[in-house]
Amino acid sequence: MAGRSFLERIYATSVGHGLARRAGLADPPVLLRGRVRPAGPIGLGTVTGGVLAERTLDVLGLVGTGPLRDEPDQQTRDADGRVRPPAYHARLGALVIDATGVRTIADLEPVRATLRPAMRGMEKSGRVIVVADDASAVEGLEARAVAQALDGIVRTVGKELRGGSTANLVTCGAGVGPEDLASTLSFLLDGRSAFVDGQVIRVRPRKAGDSPDDAYDPARPLSGRVVAVTGAARGIGAAIAHTMSRDGATVICVDVPQAGESLARVANTVGGSALQLDITVPDAGRRIAAHVVGRHGIDTRLWAIVHNAGITRDRLLANLDESRWSQVLRVNLAAQIAINAVLLDPAIPGGLAEPGRIVGIASTSGVAGNRGQANYAASKAGVMGLVRAMSEQLRDRPVTANAVAPGFIETDMTAAIPFVQREVFRRSNSLSQGGRPVDVAETIAWLCDPASGGIDGQVVRVCGQNLVGA
Amino acid sequence: MVSDRDGRQAVIVGGNRTPFVKAGTTFAEASTQDLLTAALDGLVARFGLAGRTVDEVAAGAVLKHSRDFNLTREAVLGSALSPHTPAVDLQQACGTGLETVVYVANKIRLGQADTAIAGGVDSASDAPIVVTERLRRALLAARRARTPVQRAMAFVGLGPADLAPVPPAVAEARTGLSMGESQALTTTRWAITREAQDELALASHRNLAAAWDRGFFDDLVTPYLGVTRDGTLRPDTSAERLAALAPVFGRGPGATMTAGNSTPLTDGAALVLVAERSRAAELGWPALARVVDAQVAASDYVTGREDLLLAPVRALPVLLERTGLTLGDFDLVEVHEAFAATVLATLEGWRREGLGDLDRARLNVNGSSLAAGHPFAATGARIVASLAKMLAERGTGSLGLVSICAAGGQGVVAILEGM
Ligand SMILES: NC(=O)c1ccc[n+]([C@@H]2O[C@H](COP(=O)([O-])OP(=O)(O)OC[C@H]3O[C@@H](n4cnc5c(N)ncnc54)[C@H](O)[C@@H]3O)[C@@H](O)[C@H]2O)c1
Repeated sequence: MAGRSFLERIYATSVGHGLARRAGLADPPVLLRGRVRPAGPIGLGTVTGGVLAERTLDVLGLVGTGPLRDEPDQQTRDADGRVRPPAYHARLGALVIDATGVRTIADLEPVRATLRPAMRGMEKSGRVIVVADDASAVEGLEARAVAQALDGIVRTVGKELRGGSTANLVTCGAGVGPEDLASTLSFLLDGRSAFVDGQVIRVRPRKAGDSPDDAYDPARPLSGRVVAVTGAARGIGAAIAHTMSRDGATVICVDVPQAGESLARVANTVGGSALQLDITVPDAGRRIAAHVVGRHGIDTRLWAIVHNAGITRDRLLANLDESRWSQVLRVNLAAQIAINAVLLDPAIPGGLAEPGRIVGIASTSGVAGNRGQANYAASKAGVMGLVRAMSEQLRDRPVTANAVAPGFIETDMTAAIPFVQREVFRRSNSLSQGGRPVDVAETIAWLCDPASGGIDGQVVRVCGQNLVGA
Repeated sequence: MVSDRDGRQAVIVGGNRTPFVKAGTTFAEASTQDLLTAALDGLVARFGLAGRTVDEVAAGAVLKHSRDFNLTREAVLGSALSPHTPAVDLQQACGTGLETVVYVANKIRLGQADTAIAGGVDSASDAPIVVTERLRRALLAARRARTPVQRAMAFVGLGPADLAPVPPAVAEARTGLSMGESQALTTTRWAITREAQDELALASHRNLAAAWDRGFFDDLVTPYLGVTRDGTLRPDTSAERLAALAPVFGRGPGATMTAGNSTPLTDGAALVLVAERSRAAELGWPALARVVDAQVAASDYVTGREDLLLAPVRALPVLLERTGLTLGDFDLVEVHEAFAATVLATLEGWRREGLGDLDRARLNVNGSSLAAGHPFAATGARIVASLAKMLAERGTGSLGLVSICAAGGQGVVAILEGM
């Protein structure tokens, strides 16, 4: 960190740190990460007797316990005579609420009653997960309104929870079964979803032909599969390579030739291979496909392509010239459209397998816009539009297209942001910290899981519930 | 022609090298072993070999510390390859890189290996500094001494001049002439003009620069220590600039060899991945070109009857005779540019041997050592990797010739065929 500013150096000293704490900048919670479940029990509540969550936990080999409910007969009075909700003796690791079947405003009361005791009863990095019907799957004005109401509840829970706990809503389209939901519930319960907070994730039935095969191992879901990650020489891309390799994948690490030295290091560490390639060259897609067959044989196809390479060329629009504009759009958006077109051609050896996965990287700047980033925001909003359009285009093929939208992630890219602004970004989310590259990587690995066919055409934010664009 | 056992063929799968830089510059702090390890790790990454074994790694260096007696094996151990990968050091001056390719290709064809890595490295920056011969003898005597007095006596008689370190000289042991001085004799004898030399040097820079710009080296070079292109490459050089340089070798008005048409001392490492053809197919690896045959020869330069760097003139006729090929059969010809004049004299030598005139449009089409630089033992693998890729681009059956001159009056030539 040679380039640390004066302020940043003061902040790093114990005196500076103490001052900051007194000013209200408490040390952020340490988040539980990795393929680790919460330690405490999983509370499982249902509102109208839905069994989807219970059956999904069953697929995962997990059993929920009945949660406490803030109902009159469970309440107590404290010394001052105030009504207290029932309290957990042992802290909950997670609380899963099956809100499928919730249709009326009255149905929301049991949701409140189940949440209230948990708000002070969760362990650190605990998880609140609400499973509900997607608004598209319910009929009637009140039911549709109530579906949206759950959204507001869960986002608020995310903001109120402390200690690194998160809250997310999973909405299910018509016909979703436990197998469609399992990889998502597993992800949200795990440390893998550490920085995914306050989000709504839509699950729908997997397309025909998009089911894991018999060899599928949820602990190493990508084993035997070849995936390609662009921009893998450092930062988030390197983390994606590591995480996907941990999950069993053989990773083709792509980055510009100039980054070849660190690219080779990443490739060798993850036991993958390095492809030095500028993704904006016209034959980039073909060169990726040729690398697949040139390393793994003519019959091998790519399980997933992760379009992580990205650049910023920030300027206020008043100062933004044509070159900075087009560079960013070329690398961040045009290149992946061209590469996808090649890889989706079944006639090209080394193209995308079926089933298969496409993942793009958007950004909260694309969601909300950002001062000085018209070009970048255009490209990142474009990525969101792209994956939505692709999932429509791929309606009849077992290939999913999704994007993640990272918020503030600690990398070389964000280390370039001035310290004070950086510290503000870090703090302006429910977890009061920047995310780590691995948090984005875990989310991508989940989207690429063979069992994640139920997630398609979505943009999942990895932002710790950042205020920006929320 | 060497017959392949059970139809086994050795194919070039791909290659990797560091960028080459002028000695004493960016790689000055890197040891020979560091450079070789970097080239190896880049190759391992390119082909996804981390943790895997290849049957043998053969490499060498011309300038070598005695501590580097197991240079290649040490580089393997420092690399991402499996520690079960055996390695051998080979050395034939500037022929080293090409000879390692011949060595592993022969093993592969004989069934003694299925996969191998071959190449070389040199760092003129990391050259061993030795002590004077008198001091060396004194130190050895002191080591044999049994008493402190005997030990002290060992050093009696040494003068200040004996204590100065002896820098490495790239000079021929038997003539005392440096490579450039030796070539200057050849240049004069073969009446190679300054204009012809400068023209060749210019073409080398232009061709190499164009190849870099085209992305030709995207899968042949891995950056090292922040260097992403060959440091000696001068994309903007011109006939005028080259013509303005003062001669550095030879004497008097006949001196034509300049820093522009001679290779500088260079640091770098280069390797190729070689495999038995069907094994490569099993592994899903590409086969760029097949190693067809090779020949080494030596010249009688000590008597002055022949030229130090023209042994390829003796080697090629033997190779063509054995393979039934003619110089005109080759689509691409790579003649290592030790000096521009060496190449020109070699072509003239081949002509006088009755091999015919080489179509210059086929010569060093992506540049060679004048532009890229010449880390002695690395040059062979640099050329083989680039040529194999060019032949693969041209298609099955295209033919390529490599010719490399080496110190000691030696020369190696080899034939590759595009797959
Ligand atoms: N760091 C954050 O907070 C953050 C937030 C939102 C989105 N993102 C996005 O995540 C992705 C990774 O970001 P990062 O922070 O790791 O960035 P980074 O700059 O550290 O890494 C990006 C990598 O992409 C490579 N790259 C750039 N242009 C390329 C090209 N033309 N061809 C091949 N590779 C190329 C770079 O060489 C680099 O290795 C980017 O798409 C970025 O926009 C990052």
